[in-house]
Amino acid sequence: MELLEEVVFPLLGGGSPWGAEDATLLDFPSGKLALTTDSFVVQPLFFPGGDIGKLAVCGTVNDLAMRGAKPLFLTLGLILEEGLPLETLRRVLRSAANWAREAGVQIVAGDTKVVGRGQADGLYINTAGVGVVKEGLQVGISRAEPGDLLVINGYLGDHEVAVLSCRDGLELKVQVSSDCAPLSSLVETMLSAGRVHAMRDPTRGGLASVLTEMAVASAVALEIWEERVPVREEVRAACEVLGLDPFLMANEGKVVAAVHPDDADRILMAMRSHSLGGESAIIGEVREGRPGEVVLVTSLGSRRLLRMPSGEQFPRIC
Amino acid sequence: MKYVDEFRNPELSRRLIQAVLGLGKRMTVMEVCGTHTMAISRSGLRPLLAPAVDLLSGPGCPVCVTSEADIARAIALAELPDIILATFGDMMKVPGPQGTLLDAAARGAQVKVVYSPLEALKLAQQRPEKRVVFLGVGFETTAPAVAATLITAKEQNVFNFYVLSLHKMVPPALRALVEQEDFRVEGFILPGHVSAVIGTRPYIFLAEEYGIPCVITGFEPTDILKAIYLLLTMEEPAVEVEYTRAVRPEGNPKAVEMMERVFEPCGAEWRGLGRIDGSGMRIREEFSAHDASLWEVETPPVLGDKRCRCGDVLCGRIRPLDCPLFARTCTPESPVGPCMVSSEGTCASYYLYEEAH
Repeated sequence: MELLEEVVFPLLGGGSPWGAEDATLLDFPSGKLALTTDSFVVQPLFFPGGDIGKLAVCGTVNDLAMRGAKPLFLTLGLILEEGLPLETLRRVLRSAANWAREAGVQIVAGDTKVVGRGQADGLYINTAGVGVVKEGLQVGISRAEPGDLLVINGYLGDHEVAVLSCRDGLELKVQVSSDCAPLSSLVETMLSAGRVHAMRDPTRGGLASVLTEMAVASAVALEIWEERVPVREEVRAACEVLGLDPFLMANEGKVVAAVHPDDADRILMAMRSHSLGGESAIIGEVREGRPGEVVLVTSLGSRRLLRMPSGEQFPRIC
Repeated sequence: MKYVDEFRNPELSRRLIQAVLGLGKRMTVMEVCGTHTMAISRSGLRPLLAPAVDLLSGPGCPVCVTSEADIARAIALAELPDIILATFGDMMKVPGPQGTLLDAAARGAQVKVVYSPLEALKLAQQRPEKRVVFLGVGFETTAPAVAATLITAKEQNVFNFYVLSLHKMVPPALRALVEQEDFRVEGFILPGHVSAVIGTRPYIFLAEEYGIPCVITGFEPTDILKAIYLLLTMEEPAVEVEYTRAVRPEGNPKAVEMMERVFEPCGAEWRGLGRIDGSGMRIREEFSAHDASLWEVETPPVLGDKRCRCGDVLCGRIRPLDCPLFARTCTPESPVGPCMVSSEGTCASYYLYEEAH
């Protein structure tokens, strides 16, 4: 109780209704309700460009945004390992509160549990989110149509390289910040610029996974043009050293969308004028082809499969 | 950074492909190193070069050539009381007779993925109540770093740090390979990273005794294409270096010296190639206090899946697609053999990037 009253509430609860009651009552606008939840276990807790608190807010906000929902409310559950410095917790919560404000969502309910030393890796966070989808708007992973163009809002792999760069023992001397960001306002811009059919954020498993999911769910084939896919030179170099593939690297502030070809230019321009979309690019096309197949046209002109990775990518031995 | 760019230049690569095809020659070439296999698969070079070059993959993935008996031993070590087994992530999913290291971890063994031997040493210093065993898998590329770590452990008296050395040397394996009766490779693309350490001299026998041209090259498509062009146009078999930005003919004498101070050659079991004299790296007596290979552990007999043809894949006798298990029983999600496990295994490369199934 002390932890809640002395640390958590002042940072998160200021003016919000969570605390005394067992459940929060909320006014809800009309439209379809979108609901999602995700848990966050990143190590280290702080990395260039973000921390676990920011990640927990952005991750859930982005999952809502991918369905075309305007994010409204979040819940936040904390699992703390005994001995976690209070200052660490404060920093994480402050960051979560800041990014919730930035994303225009309220943290309206939450929970805190402390487990014994060795039973959790410092701090885990679960967030759930509620958003509202405008009447008539239909955006989903299964709605990509042949002819659609695929757009992405910038560089691949920044998040994973940023996290790897500060892992103990890896000594990766690169200066890349995580792209962790709430995508709701960018998505709103895209939706008002033209017809967006399918959207997904390429987090764990990277772009290759998301494209495969889209191809399978929409029963279409996708063709991706390697030369058009934005990858930062530092990220490319780090991947090379570690034997990793930028197409499989995790991102936390990217959206890939299948958009109507007639609206693609307008959507691209709108994205490029947004602060989170300066490097947006059209990277491929939805085709009729074999359902579920994602083909990459390499910069050398050959065609190869782009497959979903299995499990975690491990840096190579030699 | 611009430097690397030059070697990824697609326009130059396209011109090189035309130049290779324009020679009107045919050659069977083996890329020895798993990193090359991955780079070739990823850039889609194999089909583009098919009219001129039959590109086969060799035994250059350290995870893949680790024998089942050695994996059984590593898992048995992990299951001893008060042990933390520290390993590169690649080894976690390689199946042995007792399952994988991941299975051992699920049964309660403490297995930790590390990114360097130094991280394992730090772990030993932080956890003095445990014995930390670093699983030393790799070629001449990783061995110097492990040697340096062992020297540090000895100097700083970190008595609870051990290494199970399964390190292997590439040149003796290449000799065993070319000695095989059905060996049909006419040119070698030799590994860049290994050669940065050992230089060109240890490979000279390939050209001089067996008449096989060799090129040491880097990992960009342009590097690989230049190497292939050099192989096709070489007049006298020799060992040439295309990867001059990283490899000097004499290698890295400091790294070699460190490696030789800590390790001595010994016989080693290679998957697919069998036992090869002088191809392993045993920890020298001076460092025996840190040598986990001296511990007695019981390991179950190695059975193996008789249908698994990783051995033939590693020797370039068959391609992954010719194995009856490939993409059917054996996938990255449930690998039967190590070539499907390691991110740089030949089968994993083909599965991820090359074959439609």
